[in-house]
Amino acid sequence: MSPRPASRDWPLWEVFVRSRGGLAHKHVGSVHAADAKMAVEAARDVYTRRMEGISFWVVPSAAITASDPADSGPLFEPAEDKVYRHPTFYKIPDVIKHI
Amino acid sequence: MSSNISEPLDAELALREALFRYVLRLGDDSLILGQRLGEWCGRAPMLEVDLALANLGLDLIGQAIHLLAYAGEIEGAGRDGDRLAFHRDVLDYSNCLLVEQPGGDFARTIARQFFFSHWQLLLFQGLCGSTDETLAGIAKKAVKEVAYHVRFASEWIVRLGDGTEESRRRILSGIDWCWRFVDELFETDAVTRQLVATGVAVDPSGLREAYDTAIGLVLDEATLPRAAPRRGVVGGRQGRHSEHLGHLLAEMQFLPRAYPDAVW
Repeated sequence: MSPRPASRDWPLWEVFVRSRGGLAHKHVGSVHAADAKMAVEAARDVYTRRMEGISFWVVPSAAITASDPADSGPLFEPAEDKVYRHPTFYKIPDVIKHI
Repeated sequence: MSSNISEPLDAELALREALFRYVLRLGDDSLILGQRLGEWCGRAPMLEVDLALANLGLDLIGQAIHLLAYAGEIEGAGRDGDRLAFHRDVLDYSNCLLVEQPGGDFARTIARQFFFSHWQLLLFQGLCGSTDETLAGIAKKAVKEVAYHVRFASEWIVRLGDGTEESRRRILSGIDWCWRFVDELFETDAVTRQLVATGVAVDPSGLREAYDTAIGLVLDEATLPRAAPRRGVVGGRQGRHSEHLGHLLAEMQFLPRAYPDAVW
């Protein structure tokens, strides 16, 4: 990822919200904020207005290293013909409900 | 009728009248500031700030709904919260002058919020222990909201004060505009005195020291000078308002006045 050019705008932060205890934080969107503390407040005001969560993280967008869409061939295609990796070939006993 | 019987009745009526006026003041404060914050909707510098100010405004209007409904109940004259909000004129409004001040720029809006929310937090914390259960209930619900308002406004005071030359110039001018209206928040009069005596209200003058300490800490962090004592402007509680409130009400009350029977 190329470094962002110096901008008059505030930096971008990615927001992750945990909706319930025990669940993972899930990416919900991003906010602009001058610093981490303000990003937390902006995230609260933008993404948790309707009781969406009990906890969130904010991460500077610039700190995220993403996969290159041009590499999607070597990264993802090898998995296409390996359906046996899905656990769908096993018989699950009827008594097991939550799987 | 002997005076022995009517005297306690008079005292009870006077107390009821005082409670009505007290709850109405609190409701008017929240309603007018909520309306002021709503003016930023769609106009704030960034989406994040736009939503934040709207959230604050909605918290305040939520408080106003509870307080004005309760005021109407105490009064017992058939006026509900809507009636009190939309069918009263300037002279009958008893909000403090601080909340009716125009938003100005973002910095002045923040200064206004900062001075108001720090006061409201101390007041509502005190009212959580009110002998009036309804009032205590409303305060308990509101106190968490207001704690966030305090945090939001204080963080912005620090960033504007200790930010750029331009942001500092603006927040200094915002503080300068709002500061003269702060004394009124701590005013004591016949209404508060009666209710303090019965444990219903919080003595506003007793909150001043904690208030000055709390705002002083934030101003220090923001590298802003602590505002010097200045003769305060008062009168809002008695219905003596600045010209700004009339304009605000004209906009806020337009619909119910033009179409008195309109419903959602």
